Amino acid sequence: MTQEHLANINIDEPEETLKMNPKKFMLWLAIVSIIMMFAGWTSGYLVRKAEGRWHEFELPQIFWYSTGILLVSSISMFFAVQAAKKDNFSTLKTAISITFVFGLAFLATQVIGFSDLIKNQLYFAGSDVASSWIYVLVGLHALHVVSGLIVLLISLISSFKFTKDSKNLTRIQLCATYWHFLDGLWLYLFLFLYFNR
Amino acid sequence: MATATLHATDTHDHEHEHHELGFVQKYIFSEDHKTIAKQYLISGIIWAFFGGAMSVIFRLQLGFPNMDLTWLKPVLGQWIVEGKLEKEFYLALVTMHGTVMVFFVLTAGLSGTFSNFLIPLQIGARDMASGFINMLSYWFFFLASIIMFSSLFIETGPASGGWVIYPPLSALPQAMPGSGLGMTLWLSSMALFIVSQLMGGINYICTVINLRTRGMSFTKLPLTIWAFFFTAILGLLSFPVLLSAALLLIFDRSFGTSFYLSEIYIGGEALPNIGGSAILYQHLFWFLGHPEVYIVLLPALGITSEIIATNSRKPIFGYRAMIGSMMGITCLAFIVWAHHMFVTGMNPFLGSVFMFLTLIIAVPSAVKAFNYITTLWRGNIIFTPAMLFSIGLVSLFISGGLTGIILGNSALDINLHDTYFVVAHFHLVMGAASFFGLMAGVYHWFPKLFGKTMNKNAGYIHFWFTFVGVYCVFFPMHYIGLAGFPRRYYSFTALGNGRMEAFVDMNMFISIAAILTFLAQAIFAVNFFYSIFKGKRAPQNPWNSTTLEWTAPIEGIHGNWPGEIPAVYRWPYDYSKPGSSVDFIPQNVPYSATPESNFPEENEEIANEKEIEGLLDIQNSAYSH
Repeated sequence: MTQEHLANINIDEPEETLKMNPKKFMLWLAIVSIIMMFAGWTSGYLVRKAEGRWHEFELPQIFWYSTGILLVSSISMFFAVQAAKKDNFSTLKTAISITFVFGLAFLATQVIGFSDLIKNQLYFAGSDVASSWIYVLVGLHALHVVSGLIVLLISLISSFKFTKDSKNLTRIQLCATYWHFLDGLWLYLFLFLYFNR
Repeated sequence: MATATLHATDTHDHEHEHHELGFVQKYIFSEDHKTIAKQYLISGIIWAFFGGAMSVIFRLQLGFPNMDLTWLKPVLGQWIVEGKLEKEFYLALVTMHGTVMVFFVLTAGLSGTFSNFLIPLQIGARDMASGFINMLSYWFFFLASIIMFSSLFIETGPASGGWVIYPPLSALPQAMPGSGLGMTLWLSSMALFIVSQLMGGINYICTVINLRTRGMSFTKLPLTIWAFFFTAILGLLSFPVLLSAALLLIFDRSFGTSFYLSEIYIGGEALPNIGGSAILYQHLFWFLGHPEVYIVLLPALGITSEIIATNSRKPIFGYRAMIGSMMGITCLAFIVWAHHMFVTGMNPFLGSVFMFLTLIIAVPSAVKAFNYITTLWRGNIIFTPAMLFSIGLVSLFISGGLTGIILGNSALDINLHDTYFVVAHFHLVMGAASFFGLMAGVYHWFPKLFGKTMNKNAGYIHFWFTFVGVYCVFFPMHYIGLAGFPRRYYSFTALGNGRMEAFVDMNMFISIAAILTFLAQAIFAVNFFYSIFKGKRAPQNPWNSTTLEWTAPIEGIHGNWPGEIPAVYRWPYDYSKPGSSVDFIPQNVPYSATPESNFPEENEEIANEKEIEGLLDIQNSAYSH
């Protein structure tokens, strides 16, 4: 089946039927469901805040650093995919390792952020609702990052095994999509908390 | 072209075609969509009998409050105290009946069965996009079932705060016995259930979009597939929000947070929780809860469209209007949730906005009802059991939908809220209608599911008992509701200076009707299980239907079609086409083969048929290796 031949087809849209890799599509759908979950929480947050009796809080300074760390990890993930497409294994290994290490560093900074919150007497339970919300949003994002790190670790191991096949590439692409999503989700949550204290 | 990546993906399913699978892989941890569909169906039927039996027990209490129930002691044990049903257990029964019927029977049993079974067969795919995730989806559901079932046997009883589990009742273990371990199990079970539904839904959407056979454009999809597609989208967008709500409830219950709790005194002592909002839970819950109604109903409507068109021997009336109305219902489903909350003290202006949006749903619903009736109009109707159940669905959908217009008005709803009027409304329009859709689907696709035929006469008896029974149960309930009877109450005899006693005979009538209707389901169960093993072998296309599933071998082989998947050239409703010598033309018959019945625009389509055939290589490359 040649490219020209396909271009001539003008019936409803049969060439569309097999367009996207089903696994990538499924990942996007899973991302949609995660978005809905966090949309539920952030709208609940706004509804609760609008009811009044809300204690304003300061976000830990370290969340600025963790944001930067996660952005860096996302950028190196981008280069990892580029390298994987060109079968450039040394760059791939470096880039994906950077992503993984920065991902771990992100988790560490979030934990430090939690301990800063505790120092300011903002507890998950018992102090007030506003601080419970911070823990829910930040904590459940961190939980998703843990899942992202597991996926990342699998890609990391397979890229160190020098296997050159399209399955490996698909895996890295799936991993990258999820990782970028987690980055975007954190940016959203951080800005959301920053502007809706 | 993305064929390079397609080569690499989803090729494993096909490999299995060449070697025999072991028993475990074939029947238990199967990745074949047909087996998973049967697993869902049989689990759903078992659950339906448990859910129905629970309703019979609490109907006994409502219809015959003075009856000696000692004979139930062997089954219910400690829940029968001195010949009477324990009050707390009554609440548990009501809660579990709702949970089981809404989620385990009508969500998993209906959409799990038919989405799994029909999507690949009707769109012409070898299997689901990911057989593995599909298998996981069933086993998560199974695990959820086990946990929910086990909660029936714990000492403090299962969750009892109603299927909506509103806090603070559900959040505080000391509120009632069922809010202890029973509620914990309920929440764990539902969390697993949601994961299962999400995995299923992701698969359905992905399969419909990516794996249609060559020529199967969206405008040639059977309405069943459209319905399953919208159902999956609804589930994908709403179930995560229920998970959010449930997680916050879990935090409140187990970690001492105060998302939903505030200023509560128990036994004169204040709880430490301050600053929560119980209404917040209701918002989050009903953001799922209302779409859930359509998750339950849409598959039944899709199945009905297909069966009514087939058995009227007429094209479905308003194919595109049907798709449009389902799309309308899908969108509206997300912006009407607060009509469940008119009595929460919401701003009356907000109430009227939600009222307005709610009443708009009448428009697409009416379009659907009219289209069913106009499809039936002057058709050569063949009254198969499936057809009777489909027509029954249309009847129930209309009579239940009419009271929806009444309840949608906040001024009326504030009076009728949580009365039996509401119970009657949603049981007709959502419960019974969807159940009829499920039954219609089973009778219609049984030959495809099991390669056998069910006994027709038993089907007729089953239908008439169920149809008359359902109306006898739920029609009188409207009067009881209008008289002010609140739902979920254990007993009415002590209320209202004997005024409530005036309805004892009506409650008795409802209970007798409910018991008879429940017993009539035994006819179905016997017919169903007997036919699986001893039924007559089914013909290739028993209902002379046009859709692709009837071109697949009766045995139901792995990969669905032995050779090439058939291509699709026409829409699925070419019944009684003028000029044609046969009264149905299957979707895989090209226009070039039917010059006598083609419309002018269809003759132009003939030129494109070569192109559709030319797509075979691309399609094969997605599966082969």
